[in-house]
Amino acid sequence: MSEGALVTEANRVELTRASSTLDEPKGGHGRGRKWRGLLWALPALVLLCLFVYWPLLLNFRYSVEQSNIFTGEQTFVGADNYVKMAGDPIFWRALGNNVLYSVVSVAFQVFGALILAAIIEGLRRERLRSWLRAIYFVPSAMSLTVTGLLFAFIYQPKGGLLNGLLESLGLGGLAQAWLGNPDTAMGAIIAMSQWQGFGYSTLLFAVAIQRIPSELYEAAAIDGIGPIRRVFSITIPLVREMTTLMIIVTLSGAFQVFNEVMVTTSGGPDNSTQVLGTWLYRSGFVKNDFGYAAAIAVVMFVITLTLAIVQVTIANRKRL
Amino acid sequence: MADTVAVRPVHRGSARSPRPVGVLGFWRIVGRLMIFGLLAALVIAVVYPILWMGISSLKTNSEILGNPFGWPDALDFGSYVRALDSGVATYFLNSVIVTGASVILTTLISTWAAYALTRITIPFSKGILYLIIGGLMLAPTVAVIPLVKLLQAWGIYDTYWALILLYTAFRIPFTTFLIRSYMIDLPLEVDEAAVLDGASTWQTFWRVILPMCTPIIISAVILQVLFAWNEYLFALIFIGDESLKTLPVGLATLSSRAVTDFPAVFAGMTLAAIPMIALFFLCQRYFIRGLADGVGK
Repeated sequence: MSEGALVTEANRVELTRASSTLDEPKGGHGRGRKWRGLLWALPALVLLCLFVYWPLLLNFRYSVEQSNIFTGEQTFVGADNYVKMAGDPIFWRALGNNVLYSVVSVAFQVFGALILAAIIEGLRRERLRSWLRAIYFVPSAMSLTVTGLLFAFIYQPKGGLLNGLLESLGLGGLAQAWLGNPDTAMGAIIAMSQWQGFGYSTLLFAVAIQRIPSELYEAAAIDGIGPIRRVFSITIPLVREMTTLMIIVTLSGAFQVFNEVMVTTSGGPDNSTQVLGTWLYRSGFVKNDFGYAAAIAVVMFVITLTLAIVQVTIANRKRL
Repeated sequence: MADTVAVRPVHRGSARSPRPVGVLGFWRIVGRLMIFGLLAALVIAVVYPILWMGISSLKTNSEILGNPFGWPDALDFGSYVRALDSGVATYFLNSVIVTGASVILTTLISTWAAYALTRITIPFSKGILYLIIGGLMLAPTVAVIPLVKLLQAWGIYDTYWALILLYTAFRIPFTTFLIRSYMIDLPLEVDEAAVLDGASTWQTFWRVILPMCTPIIISAVILQVLFAWNEYLFALIFIGDESLKTLPVGLATLSSRAVTDFPAVFAGMTLAAIPMIALFFLCQRYFIRGLADGVGK
């Protein structure tokens, strides 16, 4: 699960409060103490630079080189890897699968979850509400490997739950090897992903809805506005900020999909479920084409960074 | 403000519109039934597969294949023994080690950084803030290729440290962000009082600020546990040694190896899932606060 870590707060950061602190008035050794304060942030900075920023920079260099993990040789090849990517049908299929993943995920995990959260929060009994929120969240607490293996069993042609269910409903004709058929495999994985993630966004929407002042609903009810219209004219507009955030988090997650596909199909059959993450993995670690893998990583970087910048901009605009 | 997440009762259907019962009442009942039907169907869709996983771990291979919906004839806990014997015990222990170490490091380092950014004056504090929080925007996948060579060069490839340090480094931005937004709201008088009492910055942190941040630190710890326990990408790429694999990768290996022992695979999956599900139910409040604050208030 991506926790969808977000940066809204980061740009509303007011350092004013933060910087009006206590070391100054102590006088004397004030300046030395100021520099010494850096020590508190030093471990974080060192780890980030070594394990996050430095590899990120190196990745750009790798993407214009031909490198081999075994010989360690690296030669500059210019834009070759990118040219190869542009002509690689599997790269485009992977990107297309990521796009499909995002569209479906936004529909279910953002809009579906929003409606579901509004329904849950409209229920009368608090006990019921908190149980529903919790139960729906449970799949998000499980690792994607467990979910993936579980669904691999569910989708199995023989002894799988899905085919069994279809047969008992008299729809045995639809039964098939869901993950083994190139036409259904991607859809099956995306469906599994919705199962895994919808409770997470429902929970977050529920929290946002709880923050809406109840007076608004009471006033609307007195005016004779029905429950469905209350959802559309109060709930949805007032959680708009959360909706925007969730769209971006969900999109960003959909372009980083890896675990789900890896444990179910590894990109097969016939590359039909390849996504950017798995194609990067396969290029880098199966075919040992590090330069090409790094070029795919650059594409992923550009997509996710663009989404993050959009999000920061939206958060900033709201602030102004 | 710390407790904004605590669930408070909100609007509900109780404020009924003053309409006469009749045709409208009928549709209201239909609507209500549909809503409860939907909610119940979703509960079944979520709970049933998870229960099925647990039940299947107690069946025999032929029971799983022949009658997937049925109950086992006899409860057979032998699958758990076989799963533990064929690697799950090792994977579990590795997951505990990696998760434990990365939780301690991430929490400590992020709390220090948050302290530096909110409670004391340091040079370049704005730049440092952006550098740390900016890490939130970067996808781990993007760093994976160069990290292979770097970790090999640093001699930590295929060791616990590879995962511990990566899980720490990649989670510092989120954790610092979470703790910082809590710490910034603590009143400055607290530090002032500590200084007046003669406490050093070091003492102020450990004796005053850290204890005051307990609720958000619990949230941060829980979210880090969830992340580290379930992480797959780094664990797949940077660990090759069978004896160092963590659960997510180990289970995948087990399932590809144990093609004839499905119950053992289900047993391993159940063992991997239970701790996180239990953690969620036990610490729901902290979970929700962490997730909600992390996503922006």
